[in-house]
Amino acid sequence: MTIHLILFLFFGAVCIAGAVNLLVQSHPINSALSLIVVMGALAVEYLLLGAEFVAAVQVIVYAGAIMVLFLITIMLLNAGKEERSKGSKVAILLGVPGVIIGGALIAWTILLRSNTSSVPIGALWGDPKSIARLLFHEFLLPFEVTSVLILIAIMGAVVLASRPEAIARGHETTIPVQHEERELVGAGKDH
Amino acid sequence: MLSITAFAIISIIKSLAIVFVLLTAVAYSVWLERKVSAHIQNRWGPTRVGPFGLLQPLADGVKFIFKEDLTQPYVYKPLYIAAPIIAVVFAISSISVIPFGNWVNIGPVGKFGPWGTFLQITDVNIGLLVVLGLTSMGVYGVALAGWSSNNKYSLLGGLRASAQMISYEVSLGLSLVGIIIVSGSLSLRDIVDAQGGHFWGFIPRWNIFTGQALAFFIYLISAYAETNRTPFDLPEAESELVAGYHTEYSAMKFAMFFMAEYANMVTASCLATLLFFGGWHGPVFGPPILQAVLPVFWFCAKVFFFMFLYVWVRWTLPRFRYDQLMAFGWKFLLPVAIANIVVTALIVAWRA
Repeated sequence: MTIHLILFLFFGAVCIAGAVNLLVQSHPINSALSLIVVMGALAVEYLLLGAEFVAAVQVIVYAGAIMVLFLITIMLLNAGKEERSKGSKVAILLGVPGVIIGGALIAWTILLRSNTSSVPIGALWGDPKSIARLLFHEFLLPFEVTSVLILIAIMGAVVLASRPEAIARGHETTIPVQHEERELVGAGKDH
Repeated sequence: MLSITAFAIISIIKSLAIVFVLLTAVAYSVWLERKVSAHIQNRWGPTRVGPFGLLQPLADGVKFIFKEDLTQPYVYKPLYIAAPIIAVVFAISSISVIPFGNWVNIGPVGKFGPWGTFLQITDVNIGLLVVLGLTSMGVYGVALAGWSSNNKYSLLGGLRASAQMISYEVSLGLSLVGIIIVSGSLSLRDIVDAQGGHFWGFIPRWNIFTGQALAFFIYLISAYAETNRTPFDLPEAESELVAGYHTEYSAMKFAMFFMAEYANMVTASCLATLLFFGGWHGPVFGPPILQAVLPVFWFCAKVFFFMFLYVWVRWTLPRFRYDQLMAFGWKFLLPVAIANIVVTALIVAWRA
């Protein structure tokens, strides 16, 4: 059990370090990569808590699919380094103490109010069968409603992505698209 | 149960042995590819180094190590160096849950129970999801290589690779759901164990013969796209993109992408064998030693067949156009895979 605890604390630290690095980095691609580290560390935490299925889904869906789309977007938009302005200085001056106070408040309340007891690792169920039972028995309605919500989001994305004239006429049109002359390069010259 | 020390020793030995075998298999699948390609085109292929050119992979490896490792001045260095490492690490680590044989007894039964091990590094109850997760992480190697090279062709290759791999991952994952429904487990060992036995005494009870043939073809096509092989090798289409995402890579960094590609092919072949072709099940006969070796032989023979098929397909089919690739993945494979799930689920529910 001790090795579990050491691993749990270690990956918790990795998770927090990744989250801090996400904010500190000035290049969007580095921030996206730190977010992947956070996701991976979270997956390991789930695994250590006995929720194997949730851990696998975390890696496959978040780290393996959603973050790849983030990365594609950053690459396609060719987003460069972000600039430090006066506003960001003010944000740091106000934000860092705010985060510390907020975190301390949350931790204090949890420690003071809740009468939680520790649970041995493996005592909680996290195998695919019990998760499926929860999803398709107890939480069937929220599950289905969420899927409808996602479907609506997909339809919205399709509508936004297609050209309005093409929808109106129902076929491919030849609107003169204004091409913005833009150099398509990778990492850019600002490193 | 084994003691912790014995468990650790056995695990380390197994890991080292399996990684060694995998890397050798990767090296020799390059040789196989060159040789089969050559014979398909009525050439000889490698013949100079060793008999039948069998030492060619060794010579290639030495060459890769001693070549000059060029790093262009305008690349984004941290990611440029990390990309091939990411690609090869995830490609090799996905072998860790692949089972390739039954239980073997190492020694006599001791006080901790039978001394032996499964022929597999570790059996996890979500083995299939682990393989899918690790292969889905492999896309970062390609995407970051394309971006950090700071080169138009590399970037286009990386973008193509990530878009293609995400699209085909969907149909690949859905094609496996039918298998999971039939087997009732996500553990690769359980899935293989469920395929033992025969129909009417001679047709093996493999998943491909129990109604999952359609899923097999969806899996095969998606796996070709996932491993960036012809007819889906657009990320490195040499006639359009010089060499795609690895244009700027040389020496061992290039070799790492090469290794990652072939390791992914081996993993995809292993999965096809385990999920659809009964894994190590096959006719077992003869003396006890032969009986112990034959299951592993059948497994390797099936994987070899799929590796051969990769090369065969490469020299048979021309490359897709990019819009055809996307339309094929989303408008054909995805609906067919979903239909397969619905039909399989209905049949399983009707029988139960």
